[in-house]
Amino acid sequence: MATKDEILAAITEVLVDSLAVDEEEVTPEATLVDDLGAESIDLLEIVFNLEKKFGVSIDRGELIPEDLFTNPEYVVEGKLTPAGLEILEQRLPSANLEAFKQNPLVQNISKILTVDDLYNVIAQKLA
Amino acid sequence: MNWFWIDRFTLFESHKRARAIKTITRSEEHLHEHFRYHPLEPTSLIIEGLAQTAGLLINEATGFKKKVVLGKIPRVTFNITEIAPGDVLAYEAVADYINEEGSMATVSVHRGEELVAEGVLVFAHLGSEFSGKKQFEEGVLQDLVRIYGMYDVGVDVDGNPLKDPYCPDTTD
Repeated sequence: MATKDEILAAITEVLVDSLAVDEEEVTPEATLVDDLGAESIDLLEIVFNLEKKFGVSIDRGELIPEDLFTNPEYVVEGKLTPAGLEILEQRLPSANLEAFKQNPLVQNISKILTVDDLYNVIAQKLA
Repeated sequence: MNWFWIDRFTLFESHKRARAIKTITRSEEHLHEHFRYHPLEPTSLIIEGLAQTAGLLINEATGFKKKVVLGKIPRVTFNITEIAPGDVLAYEAVADYINEEGSMATVSVHRGEELVAEGVLVFAHLGSEFSGKKQFEEGVLQDLVRIYGMYDVGVDVDGNPLKDPYCPDTTD
């Protein structure tokens, strides 16, 4: 079974290739959108390349639970409600949501995804 | 002006791979000035041919229900850039991944036995949120795939002849 370092090295390789960033920039806490400059189409490519590299199937909803943000039950005036935040925490148990909670604008959710979140999803799949 | 960057499909395996050919002719207007005494097919239009081969493979796989647009060219490497009138390009696209949101294809183009270019293309699938903007006028896409011979050479995922969804089945 692959070690954490091996998985992180493989994720780093995918991100360097897809986002044309330096290896040193890909730290566990780096956010894909703000720190590494990923756009929506990049996230799609990253998911495809991670699936290919690790031989797993990744639903984009596992990384960014977009279905939650289109549900009027959990979104009011463009912001996630406390009930919505509770579900988000359950769906992304490893994500650091503290900054997002201060201003839970739906449009900011993709910005919280970090390299470590990618690792956690892959590690769960490989377990 | 029609946006034709392949001449016809030579192989079409639904959800898997497509091959198409494109003959470069001196009569094509863009070659008259590119360049006047040394006409060369622009590499950007060769990439368009690759994108059209792959894009129609993906389009058919989604039942023509999504707007399939080229979203990213992660990599295309050219070994040969001097493609001139008289050359026949053979495009190939292999669908690596197709899901609701997008798709990724490995593509290549040969001139005879020579590898001209190879790479990877990523497509975004636009859904109902873009319903107000038409990618093609009504029927144009279907006409295009018929002109390209998709239903002449195409097979479905089970290897049976590909059926044109907009033509009535006349077999008993």
